Amino acid sequence: MEALFNLFISAVFVENLALSFFLGMCTFLAISKQIGAAFGLGVAVVAVQTLTVPVNHLIYYWLLRDGALAWAGLPEVNLNFLGLIVYIGVIAALVQILEMFLDKYVPALYNALGVYMPLITVNCAILGGTLFMVERDYNFAESVTYGIGSGVGWALAITALAGIREKLKYADIPAGLQGLGITFIATGLMSLGFMAFSGIQL
Amino acid sequence: MANETRKLVTGPVADNNPIILQVLGICSALAVTTKMSTALTMCIALTAVLCCSNVLISVIRNHIPSSIRIIVQMTIVASLVILVDQLLKAFAFGLSKELSVFVGLIITNCIVLGRAEAFALKNPPLPSFWDGLGNGLGYSAILLVVGFIRELFGSGSLFGVQILSLAKDGGWYVPNGMLLLPPSAFFLIGLIIWAVRSWKPAQVEKPDFQIQTHRAEVS
Repeated sequence: MEALFNLFISAVFVENLALSFFLGMCTFLAISKQIGAAFGLGVAVVAVQTLTVPVNHLIYYWLLRDGALAWAGLPEVNLNFLGLIVYIGVIAALVQILEMFLDKYVPALYNALGVYMPLITVNCAILGGTLFMVERDYNFAESVTYGIGSGVGWALAITALAGIREKLKYADIPAGLQGLGITFIATGLMSLGFMAFSGIQL
Repeated sequence: MANETRKLVTGPVADNNPIILQVLGICSALAVTTKMSTALTMCIALTAVLCCSNVLISVIRNHIPSSIRIIVQMTIVASLVILVDQLLKAFAFGLSKELSVFVGLIITNCIVLGRAEAFALKNPPLPSFWDGLGNGLGYSAILLVVGFIRELFGSGSLFGVQILSLAKDGGWYVPNGMLLLPPSAFFLIGLIIWAVRSWKPAQVEKPDFQIQTHRAEVS
């Protein structure tokens, strides 16, 4: 239990997907002009990440891993090379299903998150989370924790950046830095701040 | 024709750079630039995938129903990336370990999908190839500049060859450790954007709020 909690904390703060691995940067910079929109996207990422990482873990463990098909009588088959195409397919399908589910049963949430859903399929943070899970050989419980933790970390980062940018628009910025330039520098400073968490172990 | 080709190839390098103007494909640009060798590998991998995917999508552009075009594009890109990933694992295992997940993430690199959507779906194969090459070069230009600065000043070497003799080995150069950490990549790209926009003022964004110059109230 303690190990899982530790993993959660490190996924949220120390190994923040956005600020220390630069994942999901395109959406991170594009949708962070207003806190409301940024928070909505953040929640959507948490939901999708919590679903996709464990599902991809099951697929990796029971179908793709070296020797995974032993239960089907094919112990020497290694389908690892199919990984990338399977994961992206799973992500695209899950996002679609989640979108339809929300549309049917939670229309209020759908109206708030609907526009961000298609963006999430091509968000590198989602695929990145899955690939890190495979690379680090997490077990099922760890992959659930990592999914939630990395999603929360990303949501935290984008909401914080949106807060900074809302204040920043009143600042007098040199012409060449206007917009994208200053956003990069602000993100760099945030990332520096998050580095203060590194080395924290529970 | 020759002129158009040149425009397709050189346009994205400076005037319409995918990273600093279109804001596409930033994730990998920041993550793999601590060393020139990884940056260069990533540039070659991305340019190859981009050219091939543009050509393939352009060839079948009239046969893809528009409702499922995203998934068709995804499948093509994912297959190409698997190819690159397997090649890297076979011939440059060390580099592929260092790049870790970032080769796989070429799939979700917005440049690839963005160019497929914006250019390859509407143009014949040959111009699509040039467009892919141009955008690949634009991406590579930024990556190599950032990689050059980070490796030279962060560890005093280029491609692993020691250029500046380090103080800890009896030389004179004390490396700037921060350049090897993630935040420095953000600062460098921010500064590159500033430099390019001072050189080409047409790219400057309009501020959301204009600050009014103060005028004394006349009573």
